[in-house]
Amino acid sequence: MRQKRSRSFYLMGLIFVAYVLFLYSPTLTILLLSFQGPSGGLTLPLQGLSLHWYHDLMLGHGLPNIRGALWNSARLGILVSVLTMVISVMAGLAFRQKFRGASLLLYAAIASLILPSIIVSLGIALEFSLANKVVMAVGDMLASHFGSGHGNFFANGLGMAGNWIDDHYQTMMGLFTSGLGAHLTWTLPFGLLIMFAVFNRFNPSYEEAARDLGATSWQTFRFVVLPLIAPAVIGVALLGFTLSWDEIARSSQAVGSANTLPLLLEGLTTTVTTPVIYALGSLTTLLSLAVIGLALTLFAIGQRRVRGAGTKS
Amino acid sequence: MRTAAQRSAGWLASPLAAVLFLFFVVPLAVIGVVSFWSYTGYSITPAFTANNFIGIFDGCRIGGAGPCVVLSTYLSTLFFCLITWAITLVWGFCVAYFLVFEVRSTGMRIGLGILCTIPFWTSNVIRMISWIPLLGRNGMVNLALMHLRIINHPLEWLLYSRFAVIVAMVHINTVFMIVPLINSMARISPALIEAARDAGASWWQTLRNIIIPLCRGGIAIGSIFVITVVMGDYITVGLMGGEQIASVGKTIQTQIDALQFPIAAASAVLLLAFVILMILALLRLVDIREEL
Repeated sequence: MRQKRSRSFYLMGLIFVAYVLFLYSPTLTILLLSFQGPSGGLTLPLQGLSLHWYHDLMLGHGLPNIRGALWNSARLGILVSVLTMVISVMAGLAFRQKFRGASLLLYAAIASLILPSIIVSLGIALEFSLANKVVMAVGDMLASHFGSGHGNFFANGLGMAGNWIDDHYQTMMGLFTSGLGAHLTWTLPFGLLIMFAVFNRFNPSYEEAARDLGATSWQTFRFVVLPLIAPAVIGVALLGFTLSWDEIARSSQAVGSANTLPLLLEGLTTTVTTPVIYALGSLTTLLSLAVIGLALTLFAIGQRRVRGAGTKS
Repeated sequence: MRTAAQRSAGWLASPLAAVLFLFFVVPLAVIGVVSFWSYTGYSITPAFTANNFIGIFDGCRIGGAGPCVVLSTYLSTLFFCLITWAITLVWGFCVAYFLVFEVRSTGMRIGLGILCTIPFWTSNVIRMISWIPLLGRNGMVNLALMHLRIINHPLEWLLYSRFAVIVAMVHINTVFMIVPLINSMARISPALIEAARDAGASWWQTLRNIIIPLCRGGIAIGSIFVITVVMGDYITVGLMGGEQIASVGKTIQTQIDALQFPIAAASAVLLLAFVILMILALLRLVDIREEL
């Protein structure tokens, strides 16, 4: 039997519906406009429906350097997702026990999540530019002390290294050094918090049983814990990928000369005047949604698995 | 004495510790150090000077001649902060309330909760670009208002304005209120609310005296997220404000682009101090460990 709904249900329900409309209407608008006909512009009305702008996007028309940015974002995202998964699982296991510095590490992770991205980004950029200065100074010193070629074998080696640095060394900063680090400061706190949630619901009696049967701690993890948490672990990797794929605020100063997709998109907003940018935006959003949908499915499976393991004998 | 288990736990935590040390702790320390350095042209040189900080407050002496730029920038940013915070708090509270107290089936609650949080995992830049066809001069909002004869000429202040910045900030940040508030509300025992009703409390009284006080933790955590994001923001202000509106984050970005790294570092130190003070103030309201 259904109770009669109160007035607050309708009031709050209305506010809820308004929020969902507000949340989704921009995304749905650009999705619709991405199918704009060839003569259509950035706003309504639709001049027919077509896949013209998707076709343009595939050919790279009107979007310079799009391939490079996509490729950079994809490979950085994959690397970030794998590292986020491995490091978060290890840290999640660590936090089940007590260890020295545990609360300090937790505070650092939370601070890394909430402190303004521009500060983190600037800090990493400065750190790497100082590191460059140090390398250059060492190179100069080696070249001037040992570069004459009149020393012993070892000294000549140092001199050659110094000369090489002077001639070839440019920067340590890049997509897979400073850029990777900047993304990890953003993805790892999420990964850690999700692993907390996973292990909170985890029934430890299975590990105890495995240990009682003589399994080593690696065997216990590999054959008991990991199979139970595997769906959630892959979910963490997928979330890490979307977070990295869409990250801009921390990347901006920290990826060096490389471009990522969000950085390219930000630059394009002022220069691109055709719906091709909507086609790109819609496809990118679709990729994020597919990845997040997969992650949510895996979390649901994982929860059922852990819970099932807790109740069945 | 440490046990073998503790040693292995320490080892398992070391990759996380190493990443946070290299890419978070050291960078913050470097900012602190460089903020006291001097710079000439394109290079920065080690020094110990307060000139960068003095430079930031240039023109701020009471009775001084120049405009106090840093003060007006902070006020402009705080303005965005306050409005975004108030809107996300009220709207987020209502959304969370609906999900926790009004939706009856668990499946429906999870489904609608996911619906509200999914856009967080998509690109902020694209979500900002997506406002252009709605708020632009020939956008849908203007067309609709003109069609309804509410206005005769398109409104110019819908896009590339303070209004647009606030719309985008609310759009992006309300989720940071919703999630901690759902977390707080879901812990309130239904028996407590029933007891209040039985004792004759009205809906409003229950809300005021039971639910809101018990949501204090969620409100504090949501507020920390919204305030820190908005205080450091430079992308939303840049894109939605048409690169014309000042914000603290945008100032730092401009200083970085001009290669004035020590000044940028000093500005970052100031922002960091400001944000940390606000977080500490909010944390006085709540024991954060209870909320994890």
